[in-house]
Amino acid sequence: MKKLITIFIFICSTFLTNAQNVEMADKMKENGKIYVVIAVMLAILAGLVLYLVRIDRKISKLEKNK
Amino acid sequence: MRKSWWKILGVLLLVYTFIAGLLIEVPRNPQLQETIRNLFFHVCMWFGMMILFIVSFVRAIMYLRTSKHIHDIASRQYAGVGILFGVLGYVTGAIWMSYTWIDPNKSIFDSFDTIAREPKLIGAAIALLVYAAYLVLRDSIQDMDKRARISAVYNIFAFAMLFPSIWIIPRLLDSLHPGGSDGNPALDPGSASPNMRLVFYPAIAGWTLIGVWIATLKIRIKILYEQKLSQ
Repeated sequence: MKKLITIFIFICSTFLTNAQNVEMADKMKENGKIYVVIAVMLAILAGLVLYLVRIDRKISKLEKNK
Repeated sequence: MRKSWWKILGVLLLVYTFIAGLLIEVPRNPQLQETIRNLFFHVCMWFGMMILFIVSFVRAIMYLRTSKHIHDIASRQYAGVGILFGVLGYVTGAIWMSYTWIDPNKSIFDSFDTIAREPKLIGAAIALLVYAAYLVLRDSIQDMDKRARISAVYNIFAFAMLFPSIWIIPRLLDSLHPGGSDGNPALDPGSASPNMRLVFYPAIAGWTLIGVWIATLKIRIKILYEQKLSQ
């Protein structure tokens, strides 16, 4: 019985430490570099959306001209 | 620009997705680590694909009921953008998988051997190929009315094929992909935390709206083109 309990505690503790030790990009959040990534992604999104808006405007113009 | 409020909404939702998707707290999962954030991008591609295919299916039925040419054009363009989203879902999935499913204790070849048997990959491939055949079938018919009618009927068949290939069979079989025989691969992926839904659901809406926007642009171009031809 005692053995079982120790094994159980051991398993639980490995799970706990596991959850703590998972390597995440904590440093990137700490020093704010994550915002650089966000800025780059938003720039790409902005470019693509502007492209779509321009196409949309052009089609509207063509639809008016006909 | 025409009726633009939902376009703006879609863009704003995507901006929110990009910012909150990278900053939100995510569970510390030893296998996924930060890649769990791909939920907001990879899974949304598949959602967008399904919604666009549903629209395409509805327009196909509307064509068969009314014989109005506009429904045929719309059905074709929604299916096209849906296929684009599906291919993007496949590509993003392939990248994500290479970093989370490869078993370091096995050779690449053996790892790939298990990955290639994934029911979800096979099912999604079947679905996309069925829709690719829709494009081939459509373009092989010269007569306009015949093309519209046959492709609308095939579109209904292709949509019916989505049920076994991506909605039923992958859920019945075990797989490395979340939501095998234990739940839902899409709305409730096992390792995602509840707060991730705050980003996940808006992300689905945002990506889908962008897909619809692209499809409407293509429909309008096609209509202009056909008007020019008939002049």
